Amino acid sequence: MNACCETPAFEPPVGPAAEGALRTVVLIGPPNSGKSTLFNRLTGLRQKVANYPGVTVEQRMGLMAGVGREDLTLIDLPGIYSLTPYSEDARVAVNVLRGRMPGTPKPDAVLLVLDSLHLTRQLMLAAPVLAVGLPTLVLLNMSDLMESRGGHIDTLKLARELGAPVAQISAVNGTGLDSVPLFLNRQNGHGEKAKPLTLPVVGNAASTHSWAAQVSRDTGYQAPLSAENTRKIDNVLLHRVWGPLLFLAVVVAVFEVVFSLGQPLSNGFGDVLARVGDFARPLIAIGWLQSLLLDGVWKGICSVLVFLPQILLLFLFIGILEDTGYLARAALIADRVMRTIGLNGKAFIPLLSAYACAVPAIMATRTIENKRDRLATILVTPFMTCSARLPVYLLLIAAFIPHTYYLHGILGLQTLVMLGLYLAGFVAAFTTARLLKSSILKSSDTPFILELPQYRMPTLYSLALRLMDRARIFMKNAGTIIVAVTLALWVLAHLPVIQTATGALNAPQLADSLIGRLGHVIEPAIAPLGFNWKIGIGLLSSVLAREVMVSTMGTLYGADPSTQAFNLQTALHHDMTLGGALALMIFFAFAMQCTSTIAVVHRETNSWRWPALQFLYMLALAYGAAFAVNQLALMFLH
Amino acid sequence: MSVLSDLAVGESGVLVALELPESVQNHLMHMGFVPDAHVVALRRAPAGDPTVYGIDGMEIALRHETAAAIRVKPIDAVQTQDEPSQLAEAAR
Repeated sequence: MNACCETPAFEPPVGPAAEGALRTVVLIGPPNSGKSTLFNRLTGLRQKVANYPGVTVEQRMGLMAGVGREDLTLIDLPGIYSLTPYSEDARVAVNVLRGRMPGTPKPDAVLLVLDSLHLTRQLMLAAPVLAVGLPTLVLLNMSDLMESRGGHIDTLKLARELGAPVAQISAVNGTGLDSVPLFLNRQNGHGEKAKPLTLPVVGNAASTHSWAAQVSRDTGYQAPLSAENTRKIDNVLLHRVWGPLLFLAVVVAVFEVVFSLGQPLSNGFGDVLARVGDFARPLIAIGWLQSLLLDGVWKGICSVLVFLPQILLLFLFIGILEDTGYLARAALIADRVMRTIGLNGKAFIPLLSAYACAVPAIMATRTIENKRDRLATILVTPFMTCSARLPVYLLLIAAFIPHTYYLHGILGLQTLVMLGLYLAGFVAAFTTARLLKSSILKSSDTPFILELPQYRMPTLYSLALRLMDRARIFMKNAGTIIVAVTLALWVLAHLPVIQTATGALNAPQLADSLIGRLGHVIEPAIAPLGFNWKIGIGLLSSVLAREVMVSTMGTLYGADPSTQAFNLQTALHHDMTLGGALALMIFFAFAMQCTSTIAVVHRETNSWRWPALQFLYMLALAYGAAFAVNQLALMFLH
Repeated sequence: MSVLSDLAVGESGVLVALELPESVQNHLMHMGFVPDAHVVALRRAPAGDPTVYGIDGMEIALRHETAAAIRVKPIDAVQTQDEPSQLAEAAR
């Protein structure tokens, strides 16, 4: 189960291809050359993200529907500086390009994207890519920016120098993209093929660089004035004092917005969902079926679905941070802190994106060159508060933490508790990393080399793509795992059927049902944490995914006649104390309740030892911390 | 003869050689750190390290110990390329 990184909206075309016809096109280019934007432009919504078999590098594939060529598959390769593999993703890019990647079709044509703002350096990648010998179209991206900033290039001359067609495009605005189908049609035998040109033998970096410099001189390339905006923004965002402060302010603001804007959205969405249920009630005539579908399954699904608006808001913010180029700055600011725990600033990027979901974050650790650093980062990433914890936190906070405000209403107690939980996960991650790096994962430093890309305005299109992807995954989870779990729970809560004195068949008291008996078996183990048996069942089912906790509570409290009439927040007060609620939140902050994460750690580390160790360590920490919180609450809160 | 980490913010130099392990050296060269390239120290991170260097129109952050392994020399009085001075101006 890998719910966080698969989008099943794509099927590569099957069937025999005409002789010599194109099937597969690869998109290659240096990091930050605008490759992803172009990929989105060329494929539209018909894309999927998966992993290359055997290795852990993300693979994006799509049909080229954006330029009317649904018959062609476009593969997006990881951004690389050269064909000399420095990290795992560069190795993959080279293997795919050379057609040596098992399970991935051999490419028939190449789209090489270069950033025309820094063409001299970017041309260094052109030499080895062209030397591979596949039909290649060179796309000079951001040409609009280059021209508006006074840059210049003679593309005809460049095409002659390179022996490959060259087109100026702007992936952001979508201009110049008609060159892509033109080029592809020509490769189908409708026109003359570009004849391969003998390029200088691709040797060391210095000779490639002097070749690139020569070519850019010969083609009259004039680099545009460097963007003043990026430097001006960095004067503030990387300022000694303002930089770190603004970073903290942004983080707090994100949570404040998720709460104050997201909560009403979620409430409204919840009302709509409840109304749908009420509308359906008279349509389902049979009593037990009505109970199963509406009180069991629908209530379970709704209790999780209501959090969709807030989770999407969080993903929107993370997406903006990623797309603008701010994450690289965050890595730079964090390097000094990361160094004290034995890692470098690059490890901070996965940790930050783990606020959305640990699965892509763990895959993002592939940019960390040092193997032991990477393993340490993978092991601590699940401590970062992911969006699946949000439903649990939001439910418990709304139910148990009063609406108290400080500082003239700017800072709410509920926000403070939420921030505290985020901080707890953060501290656990850092302490654990420190422990790992000073013991079993000790290693010498690998140099920290980080390119700071120019700031970019995130496009609505790419943000919308992200959110739709996320919503689809969330709904899919709700429609599969959560439906299955709630169905199973409902059945277990209604068996064994008992016969009343009058001979009618009735469901048992919840405590006497199968699920109730199971719950009472495990209750002694969790009672010291302040958890009742229903929470125990929730903890068991939420090993599948954290948000299942909420739907389980919805179903169990919905099946209990004494709490049936109340909404979940009120129902929880029935048999849970404030101490127990706080302990439960801390438990979720630390425990590794997510099979997708376990699966991805297994795949990344290629062992069961690491995920097992990680799961047990996090469970022990969660149990210990929840125990401490509940015992403290028993002593001090009355 | 001095090293890259000696450059104060705003100062620039000409790259002479990289005294780093081969894989690191190769990676840096593909990012523009080639002999004779002009490089300028643009800014330090809020904590004082790493430092952001401008090279070939790009901004690359390096830690002190990496920059200390890159030898640079002062830019000659007669210089033809105007980009480094432009960068230096911007850094000021």
